[in-house]
Order: sequence, then C-alpha cells, then structure tokens
Amino acid sequence: MTPSVETRTSVVWDYAPAPESAEHIRLRGRYGLFLDGDFRAPADGRYVPTLNPATEEPIAEVAWAGPADVTAAIERARAAFPAWAALPALERGKYLFRIARLIQERARELAVVETLDGGKPLRESRDVDIPLAAAHFFHYAGWADKLGYGVAAREVAPLGVVGQIVPWNFPLLMAAWKLAPALACGNVAILKPAETTPLTALLLAEICAEAELPAGVVAILPGDGGAGATLVRAPGVDKIAFTGSTAVGRDIQTALAGQDVPLTLELGGKSANIVFEDAALDQAVEGIVNGIFFNQGHVCCAGSRLLIQESVRDEVIAKLWRRMGRLRVGDPLDKNTDVGAINSAEQLARIETLVAAGEEEGALRRTVACELPERGYWFAPTLFTDVSPAHRIAAEEIFGPVVSVLTFRTQAEAIEKANNSRYGLAAGIWTDKGAKAFEVASALRAGVVWQNTYNHFDPTAAFGGYKESGFGREGGPAGLRPYLRVLR
Amino acid sequence: MIRRLPHVDRVGVEERAAQLGKRSIKATAKQQGICLAVSMLDLTTLEGADTAGKVRHLCAKAVCPAPTMPEVPSVAAVCVYSSLVAVAREALRGTGVRTASVAAGFPAGQVSLEAKLRDTDDAVQAGAEEVDMVISREAFLAGEDTRVMQEIAAVRDRAGDAHLKVILETAELGSYDHVRHASMLAMEAGADFIKTSTGKAASGATPGVCLVMLEAIRDYAERTGRIVGFKAAGGVSTSKAALQRLVLVKETLGDESLTPERVRIGASSVLNDLLLQYAKTESGRYGRAEDFSRE
Repeated sequence: MTPSVETRTSVVWDYAPAPESAEHIRLRGRYGLFLDGDFRAPADGRYVPTLNPATEEPIAEVAWAGPADVTAAIERARAAFPAWAALPALERGKYLFRIARLIQERARELAVVETLDGGKPLRESRDVDIPLAAAHFFHYAGWADKLGYGVAAREVAPLGVVGQIVPWNFPLLMAAWKLAPALACGNVAILKPAETTPLTALLLAEICAEAELPAGVVAILPGDGGAGATLVRAPGVDKIAFTGSTAVGRDIQTALAGQDVPLTLELGGKSANIVFEDAALDQAVEGIVNGIFFNQGHVCCAGSRLLIQESVRDEVIAKLWRRMGRLRVGDPLDKNTDVGAINSAEQLARIETLVAAGEEEGALRRTVACELPERGYWFAPTLFTDVSPAHRIAAEEIFGPVVSVLTFRTQAEAIEKANNSRYGLAAGIWTDKGAKAFEVASALRAGVVWQNTYNHFDPTAAFGGYKESGFGREGGPAGLRPYLRVLR
Repeated sequence: MIRRLPHVDRVGVEERAAQLGKRSIKATAKQQGICLAVSMLDLTTLEGADTAGKVRHLCAKAVCPAPTMPEVPSVAAVCVYSSLVAVAREALRGTGVRTASVAAGFPAGQVSLEAKLRDTDDAVQAGAEEVDMVISREAFLAGEDTRVMQEIAAVRDRAGDAHLKVILETAELGSYDHVRHASMLAMEAGADFIKTSTGKAASGATPGVCLVMLEAIRDYAERTGRIVGFKAAGGVSTSKAALQRLVLVKETLGDESLTPERVRIGASSVLNDLLLQYAKTESGRYGRAEDFSRE
C-alpha cells in the first residue's frame, strides 16, 4: 500500500467554483414604492424589471415613481418632519443604531442581493459595501445628540425635507452615506436609488420599517433620471444631495439656480495615482489594482490616471501587467472572483467607446486574455500605456476597469500633471518618504489623498471633491454640515 | 559593501496576504490542495530527545502517511539533526522521500564558521540530500551583509550536490525590508531554497513573511533567470494555514511553482490535520485525532 513517487506528479491546482448560495434570499417578485412607512403601488402603475448584469436575467419587478408619487412623498415627508425634528436627539440616534444593527443582522442577504443586482464581486459587497453601510449608520447615530460639537455651533436646526439621489456603483453604501447624516440631523429624507440597482435600497426600506422608524421620515422612490429630475424641481424640498455624473450634477445645479435650496454634489473624477521611484513597488502595484479594478472601476474616485516616475516605469508596468493576469474575472457570486460584471449594457457601451478612442489616438492597449461568460455585460481588465495627457482616455472618466499610464520625471511635474484635470476628487501617493508624502498631498487639489493605500473608506473621514468633482463633504463631522442650519 | 534596503510597506503586505487568505478552497480544490501540501512536506523532528527509533517511525509515516488512504502521496523529505541523518537515509532508501538535515549551528547560528562547515560536512557525509542552514542573524543585524553572504557561499560549497535551504529566521529580522533584503542576499549567495524559520523562534511563516519572500523569489528569477525554491516553516500547523500558503505561492509565483521541487512546508504537526481534513472530504464527517498515528 505504499504510494508511489508518481502520485506526486503535480496537477494544476485551481480553486473549485465557490459560489455563495443565493437560496436563502427571499426577494419579493415585485416591489412598490416605500412611501409613508409601507410599500405602495405607484400612481401610474408602472413596474420595471431589474436585471442581473452577470446573466441579463430579471431578478424582480420594481415600481418606478412618477411625478404624482414624488408629490405624495413630499407631502408625507412634510407631515412627518415636525415630530421627527422635535424628537429628543438621543431617541433619533436610537433609531439609527437600530438600523445599523439590522443591516449587520441581514448582512449576508444584503451582500448577495447587492451582487445579484449590481454585478460586483461578492468579496467586495460582503467585505466592503455592507459593513461600511452599517458603520455609517453607527457613526452618525453617535452624532445625533452631539450635533453642535460636530459643526462648532451653539444651536443648530435641521433643514426639513431633503431629496437624495444616489448612483448605481455602491447602491446600499451610497444610500447609507446620504440617509444616516440627514436623519441624525433631524431631517426627513426622500431617496431615489439608481435605475439599475434599486434592490438593496428597498431592503433598507424594509429595515426602516422593521426599526419602526416613524412613517414618512424616509421615503424610497426608485425610478429613472426622470424621477430624479422631478424630485429636484419639486416645490417643498429643502435640500438636494446628489452623487453621480458631472453632466447630471450640472443639470441639477442649473435647475436650482436662484433658489434657496442648498445643494451638495459628489460627481465624477479622473484621479491620479502617483507612484514615486522610492515607493514600495509591490505594494504600490496592489494599490494600483485596488485603485482601478475594485468594483470593475465603477468608482468615482478610481485611480484611473496612473502617474509613474519614469525611472521605475518599466518595472512597475511589468509587475502590474503580471498581476493583472492573476485577476479572477467572472461570476460575481463566486467568493474567489476579483472582478465582476459591468453594471449595465449602457455602461459597457460607454467603456467600449472610450477604449476605442484610446486606441485611435495611438495609446497602446493591453487587455487581459481571460475567458468571459457568454451572457451578461463584461469587460476584461485593460491597461493603456504610451498615453499622452491630451488623449481622451487621460482626461475623461471611463468608469470601467481601464487604467491609463502616464509618466513624470520630478516631484514638481507629478504635482503639475496630477492637478491638470477638470476633476479633483481623489489621489494616491506612493512613496516611502514621509516628508515627500505630506508635501505632495498639500499641493494636490483633490478632496481625498491616500498615502500608500487606495480606495480605503471610513465613516469618520470626509469625502468630496474639488472643481468638477463637486462640492460638499460626506462622512465624519464635516458630513453633518450640509444637513444643518446653524442658528447661532 | 554598502547596504541599500528595499522598500516594503508593512500595511500593504499584510492587507494583500489577508486578502489572499480569504480565498475559498472547497470540494475538489481542497482534496487536491491537501495532497499537494502533503507532497511538499518536510516532515521534521528537531528535538534533543530524538532517537533512532523515533526517526524510523517518522520515516515510515513520511513514506506512507495514511495506509487507509493510499492516494495520499508520500511527503517530500524527512528533516532531522545531522547525528540522525544516517538512520533516516537508511529508512528512506528507495522510497523517493529525501533526507534533509539542519546544519550550520542550528538554530541560533552562534558558532564559528569552522564549526558550521564541520556541521555541514557531518550532515552531507552521513547522506543528507538536503541541508537546511541558518544565516548568521548576528552578522545580518550588525549590517555585515558580506559576512552573511560569505558564510552562505562557504556552506553552499561544502554542501556539494546537496540542496541548500537557507533559513532566514524572519522573526528575528525585525522588518519586512530586512526579510526581503536577507532573501536577496541568500539567493545571490547561492541558496537553492530560502526558508522562513527554524521553528524555534516566537513566530514563523506568517502570511506576510511568506508573501515578501515569494515576491523576492519572483523578482530574483525575473532578473537572473534562476528560480529559487521556497520553504515555509514554523507556525503552519493546520490544513487551512497550509492551503493559504499554497494560495500565496499560486498567486505570486504562478501554478508552475506548485511542486515539491519549488515549494516545501516544514512542519511536524500539520500532517495529521491534513489527513483528517482529507478523510473528511471523503467521508463528509470529521474524524478523531486517534484515527492517524502520531508519527
């Protein structure tokens, strides 16, 4: 019975498929609008299926809000506002704590639904989106009875009814970023989730009901851009907060011009990730990968403009390209998947257009040769070298798994190139020298600067942009300010 | 020689290692991975109380880890002190399992170079096919890189045809910069394998240390074309830990490195956990520790 030496001959060892089970998920076949504390049918009876972008199969039907529904939601919200604002702050905080805990209790379900509806790898929804969403509610729950300290004022008051429009890239997390500070400050909120990813927001509606949040304090109205535009223009809304594209942000600001409706915008970006020659290069490569391939590059602060010091350019590109070959692209529900599906056909088309423009302009394209599923929307991780600052792929937001590499020679040139953008959302600095990191960070016109890391989020840290990346901050005490009036 | 340290970021290394630690290894991947890990084991006993009898028992276990599961392969090598090499060599004759010996003043390395070389001679003359030497941490921490390399080169020379595994004892080096630097010195000086630890220090083959050493191996191969092997030793006591080390190898060096010629796991207690886990994948239920002999 002695095993022979031959049994040791190696096999190619690969991970067996490890799909997270979706069997425990109990989605309704059809979701209404969350209005006045319960799910209700839309006035015009319109339901639209939401698709799984990895399979193009419908998951559930979701009501789309029309103008009449928006008006009704504002009425209910106005009615609910006085009691909610008058509630002792400690009590308001308790509701938020309850919501945070319920998110944690339903974390596994929320993660799977987030992945089904949006195409992001389960690894990310499980380890990033859902825990951070809960953390935001916990954080702002704690602020509810300390608002004055957060904004250095003696007396503050809520604004009233706030309209909030969130994007499809981090559906639940962005809803949490919006709702948690608004509610903590004593406002009532009407949230419009994105057209392609309404499901986790609707589960959050269930959670609000389960937490016995008073009716009307939160309304969740799925719909397309039309519903958002109606909400922005509707009378009776006291504040608008929007996260999404710069084009829509500009439209919203135009619509609100001349009105006494405060606005915060968190828009696009073309963030520079700067690798200096004295960086820990292997970790920098991990940071580059995390910066641009996290969530298929559907990240407003994605490190899509990679600036590498010329002396280490070849080494970094060689390491990056080898590392990209190890990315596991495919079934988002598989626990070993690194890069999932593109969120929608529309977004896929946008990525393809810009990548084609990059090739036409003469940049060198390299795309990982990985097997992609036949159905669904997919785009393999892509690297562009020989990119000039004048190229479209160096200036425009692609919002996909595509990184453009530029080079620089000196620190001054790095700063100049990084700042030479219409946007100013985020930046990354990779260096082992502390003084250099601080010097460069202070010179960058970007709302968030990461040093030796990228795409790290924390509810205690302010997030927001410069220039065409928007204005206003979310997260931390700075995130309270847009939802408060300072009385004295 | 002026020392120029590489840049390694601790936080980044540990995040990446932790991320790879979350790979889900199930079903056939788990069975294959366990067999692969067994085939890479250097089954080790390095105790003052080791005797010829104990070493012979260990050798029998090394050749046929689980008589009830003949599909589980033999381990790669048995590793003992040089005084017991002859016993192991005899017990392993014709089995394909190799005989390894620690040498060069193991584990502290605080003896003269002459003593280290004599130790190596003893091991090789007794029939060791693989020699696991320790580097002089004393020289390394004092910044004397040249002395570290000269010692390795001298032992390399004396070891002749035997495979030389150079133990860095990373727990005593103090930083990942040092781990990477020591890895490079050992490879430049002629190591066939670089090995994390003696198993006698406070910590061993932590995921971060393994990752840094594997990256050094990858970069050295890129530069010179010579592929140096990797041995994780110390602290790998469960199947899960062993499989996680294989994941690090797979995603840093690539599938082609997942062979006993390139990767070893040095351990004494992990084998039975691998067998228990293997049996569980077959039967669907957990067995008991007594299902397999200790040695």
